[in-house]
Amino acid sequence: MGRTWNNKAWFMVLPVLLLVAFSAIIPLMTVVNYSVQDTFGNNVFFWAGAEWFEEILHSDRFWEAMGRNLVFSAIILVIEIPLGIFIALNMPKKGWGVPVCLVLMALPLLIPWNVVGTIWQVFGRVDIGLLGYTLRALGFDYNYVNDPFDAWITVIVMDVWHWTSLVVLLCYAGLVSIPDAYYQAAKIDGASRWAIFRYIQLPKMNRVLLIAVLLRFMDSFMIYTEPFVVTGGGPGNTTTFLSIDLVKLAIGEFNLGEAAAMSIIYFLIVMLLSWVFYTVMTAYDAER
Amino acid sequence: MARLDETTANERTLMRQTPATAEAQTANAALARKMRRRGEESRFWWLVPTIYIIFLMLPIYWLVNMSFKTNQEILGAFSLWPRNPTLANYAVIFNDPSWYRGYINSIIYVVMNTVISVAVALPAAYAFSRYRFLGDKHLFFWLLTNRMAPPAVFALPFFQLYSAFGLIDTHIAVALAHCLFNVPLAVWILEGFMSGVPKEIDETAYIDGYSFPRFFLRIFMPLIASGVGVACFFCFMFSWVELLIARTLTTTAAKPIAAIMTRTVSASGLDWGVLAAAGVLTILPGALVIWFVRNYIAKGFALGRV
Amino acid sequence: MSFSWMAWTWPTAAFFGTIFLLLCGMAVWEYASPGGNPRIGVLRFETTRGDRLFLSLLGSAFIHLAWLGLVGPNLWWALALSVVYAIGVFRYV
Repeated sequence: MGRTWNNKAWFMVLPVLLLVAFSAIIPLMTVVNYSVQDTFGNNVFFWAGAEWFEEILHSDRFWEAMGRNLVFSAIILVIEIPLGIFIALNMPKKGWGVPVCLVLMALPLLIPWNVVGTIWQVFGRVDIGLLGYTLRALGFDYNYVNDPFDAWITVIVMDVWHWTSLVVLLCYAGLVSIPDAYYQAAKIDGASRWAIFRYIQLPKMNRVLLIAVLLRFMDSFMIYTEPFVVTGGGPGNTTTFLSIDLVKLAIGEFNLGEAAAMSIIYFLIVMLLSWVFYTVMTAYDAER
Repeated sequence: MARLDETTANERTLMRQTPATAEAQTANAALARKMRRRGEESRFWWLVPTIYIIFLMLPIYWLVNMSFKTNQEILGAFSLWPRNPTLANYAVIFNDPSWYRGYINSIIYVVMNTVISVAVALPAAYAFSRYRFLGDKHLFFWLLTNRMAPPAVFALPFFQLYSAFGLIDTHIAVALAHCLFNVPLAVWILEGFMSGVPKEIDETAYIDGYSFPRFFLRIFMPLIASGVGVACFFCFMFSWVELLIARTLTTTAAKPIAAIMTRTVSASGLDWGVLAAAGVLTILPGALVIWFVRNYIAKGFALGRV
Repeated sequence: MSFSWMAWTWPTAAFFGTIFLLLCGMAVWEYASPGGNPRIGVLRFETTRGDRLFLSLLGSAFIHLAWLGLVGPNLWWALALSVVYAIGVFRYV
């Protein structure tokens, strides 16, 4: 990489280190402390050992939320990644269409998450929302407030609406980096449309696709605001994902010990995934 | 592996067949473009982006549409556009301090956060892009985990932490809390941009007798100006869109607009028109500046790694 | 300003103390023999001893959780297993 070895560089990193340590390490230590104790408020704590962890690991509620979250993330990836690639392949390559497409497509990414929730909450309502009203008019028995299936569909369509553009933009960034000469060569070889995609475009998009998959997985794994605003985790518990469950436990029920234990398990999973992300990324950079 | 081999094979064919003269090259490129336009790219390629953009715009249009209607019209006859367009909903927001204070609060903590994040991230990103030091890789990774960490995990301890410092319901509390994910983001983005600046520039400047601060401000900053802009934009954005932590750390004096909106939703007797107008106003900042970062937006969302 | 809300206990303090000492130890080790002894082990990509420590700690955490969830509350066995795992990581990864 050509970077020189210089331990004085630590002084440049120090402000970041102090700032993030303040916001990350102190809270994390607190969570660990809470997770092994029980409290009835007023900062009076009792030693509980690993009981909270045992309770969480044997609680159906936790595993159900985890299961829902994994299913949700899987559905999101299966829809958004191919759709994103498909749209990116059909984006204009030059001319006035490029900035227009980029700007319009990026717009949902920049909307506050709770407003995304509000937009879809309104849009899906059967009395005043375009989507709900149209579906009703077409004869569907659509109601995301009472029907778990409809609630899931709404949350998934919302996430597709919100985040597919991220995949599109990343893939597009990969595609425009392919020199024209590659296509030219493929043309001379008489390559089919599929062959061009499979052997020229896909390999060039590898890296960005990897980023897209990992980012989409991580972000859908910690989704909170959007489904919370639309469904509030309901009907029943059917759209209660991990983060929603955690906030309910920590702030709604003020069950500190259990919430802390759950936070730690959640955080460990995220650590593992981040590590995969980082390792794969650096391995790619080293190859280049 | 097979795929890689085939790509290299393609490249090799390419080398063999590319004519030496520049003239022939441009002619060939034009031919290829023409063939591509006629060939695999069908005439209806524009259909896909158009349909997708319509799908994206419909819900937003609906929100804008509602913001120009009165409550009676929203709840009454179903119409695709406002029959009697009114600005009354926007007037409510701009005349009621409990509404517009929310925007001011949000903007205050978001700007504070952006300034803090980018200011501390600049030297750190420089260090990561130029030097190797003890534990650099692990530090960089640790920053990433903070960007990836679910805010829900931190909501409760943040409340306790900022209560202990007496900072609950202040703008600086939210600004500092948002640094948790914005500082790593800024470091990653800036590192990406700085690595694109050749190291020789630094060395030449030092030989020319520039001190580090002078070099950094006079020579280096202009070179990565677009990177700083993009980093600022993304810090602004991610602080602006976040709700969970901002809501947990504030009660009244620093309550962000996002939290005020959720309060209105949960109250009985909803004022849909005002809610829609408030929503439209939160979309505007992003919509206004997005043009300037359109070419870097993928890079920003991918943590500077595209 | 009081920190009683952090609810420190001796075991958790010892836990974080150990982690801190481990990090200091790694720094000293790195200072004594720089470079981090990079090699390609069973995971097929290059790891340094810092990566190996991270993998050991993260893996141990998951071993403890699995033990609690699948076997029982006696975590000393999980600890023993983690030590074996950590030695394995430092030896082969």
